[in-house]
Amino acid sequence: MSDAPETYSASAEVGAVRVRRTRTQRAWIVLRKAPISAWFGLLVVTFYLCVAIFAPFIAPYGEADSSFAAYAPWSDEHWFGTDQIGRDILTRLIYGARNTIGIALATTLLAFVIGGSLGLIAAINRSWLDQLISRAVDVLMAIPSLIFALMLLSIFGSTVWSLIVIIAVLDSTRVFRLTRAVAVNVVVMDYVEAARLRGEGLAWVMRREILPNILPPMVAEFGLRFSFVFLTIAALSFLGVGIQPPTADWGSMVRENASLIQFAQFDLRAAFTPLLPAAAIALLTVAVNFIVDWFLQQTSGLRDDL
Amino acid sequence: MHPVFKTVLKRLGLGVATLFVVSAIIFSSISMLPGDFGEAVLGQAATEETVAAFRDELGLDEPAVVRYFQWVGAVATGDLGTSFSGRSSSGVDRSRPVVDLVGPRLWNTLFLAGVTAMIAVPLALLLGLTAALYRGSVYDRAVNVTTLTTIATPEFFVAYILILVFAAINPWFPSLANVQADTPLAERLYRVALPAMTLTLVIVAHMMRMTRAAIINLLASPYIEMARLKGATPREIILRHALPNAWAPIATVIAFNLAYLVVGVVVVEVVFVYPGIGQLMVDAVTTRDIPVVQACALIFAGTYILLNLIADIIGIITNPRLLHPR
Repeated sequence: MSDAPETYSASAEVGAVRVRRTRTQRAWIVLRKAPISAWFGLLVVTFYLCVAIFAPFIAPYGEADSSFAAYAPWSDEHWFGTDQIGRDILTRLIYGARNTIGIALATTLLAFVIGGSLGLIAAINRSWLDQLISRAVDVLMAIPSLIFALMLLSIFGSTVWSLIVIIAVLDSTRVFRLTRAVAVNVVVMDYVEAARLRGEGLAWVMRREILPNILPPMVAEFGLRFSFVFLTIAALSFLGVGIQPPTADWGSMVRENASLIQFAQFDLRAAFTPLLPAAAIALLTVAVNFIVDWFLQQTSGLRDDL
Repeated sequence: MHPVFKTVLKRLGLGVATLFVVSAIIFSSISMLPGDFGEAVLGQAATEETVAAFRDELGLDEPAVVRYFQWVGAVATGDLGTSFSGRSSSGVDRSRPVVDLVGPRLWNTLFLAGVTAMIAVPLALLLGLTAALYRGSVYDRAVNVTTLTTIATPEFFVAYILILVFAAINPWFPSLANVQADTPLAERLYRVALPAMTLTLVIVAHMMRMTRAAIINLLASPYIEMARLKGATPREIILRHALPNAWAPIATVIAFNLAYLVVGVVVVEVVFVYPGIGQLMVDAVTTRDIPVVQACALIFAGTYILLNLIADIIGIITNPRLLHPR
């Protein structure tokens, strides 16, 4: 027992002005309760974003600098060796983060703009327009998206822009379905009716009345869509019809260095080289999935048990 | 008419309509090509007559609707057109019919998919059932984390890890799944071991999670509660009460994952240089050989639609609520 005077006063506590927690404080409280998997996911994603943004400052050499010996082993100058035309693997990995994540992010955003707005319009409209878009989406989803993407790329050619647009359009079908399904329940609410009756326009109703109320599932879907798009682009690049050289990209790096695996018995580290970009892809998608799982548990009990 | 029959007919009609529209989309892809693709295929030095003959062969002077129905008729009789490759600017035509290119490779792909399905389906059902049975245990959690990681991993990563471990470090299996038409069955099985293992790992993860979810969903229903209350053992509950009602969702899961397998096969075939239609399609996309791309896309999309159709129909006819309408 210490001799400190009794400082607690009930009247002071009641009389004190209630301080609202700041946004950072609230965020910290939520984060502290997050499971390890979510922490791991957040750390990985932050790390990837830093690498992607500051790529030119981190990378030891230039993106397409091929002035070194081809297939050099791992050393102090080249941590992960060089590739088939003498480009530093570490540098390519760092720039690859920038290109691959950037393109996947742009694609996902475009998919959400297309699918989200069409879904909202269909949910509000509920007439022939809804029927038309929904049936078109049904047909588009009847073809496996990788096959559809391959077919369209053979027609429009493999440029970055056609890649972004094709995958965004194919992926917006799923965004459309989700947006429409969630928004249909919100559209019938009284406050939406009230907003319409007082004469607000379609865009206002969409943005101010419906969008805030369907945000949690949309954010979770954004995470899942991102990792799906990311994997699709990686697969297409791996197949040689996605992002084209000399742009550094993880999918095509795996393919270009794949033959090194055969030397595993002589130089085990060289055999790991093609696995590095593949592991980078896998790590990011796993991390995003962990975050989405945690987010879903936070916002609703959804998918708790699956 | 029995309502189940009606629903099945409706679903069948929808499936046929979808196939029709999808074929129209695949067909119209050729009309979206830039106008000068005749020169692109035949080379810069192509003479006017060669280009004209090429366009004539494609029938580009006829209306698209007429061409579409001619194409559908030809496809229905097994004629998928002729490949763009092997044509030269001088008019010498060494191009091959698409059917000759696709035929043997389609058989290879079906073989790989069949081997995978035979391993993956029982394995996934067993894992899913046991995970649901011992739900919440260390085993369940371990299986869960493993499958979540496999799902989020690109197929080629799994494939190269397998190559590294089972072909490069320990030379047990060939890393190139090179099969010919006259390869004997045992040799063929040995060569497709690694691709089949990769595909198995990928689809077992999906299938197992869906099976587990379906069973757990079922375990929450009142009649299972009743069985538990009267003192049935967990094994009895799963095998005698849950499983008979779970066949419909499980059949859906299997068909869905076989459809997924159809697509996963593309990447895996390229990794292992396996002569299947997945690799053929990727090669054709690179060389922009549109007739081959169209044929492959049609096969893939058709299989996908068919499998989903079968899954839906199994779901409809095994649903007791539809069998005994009020």
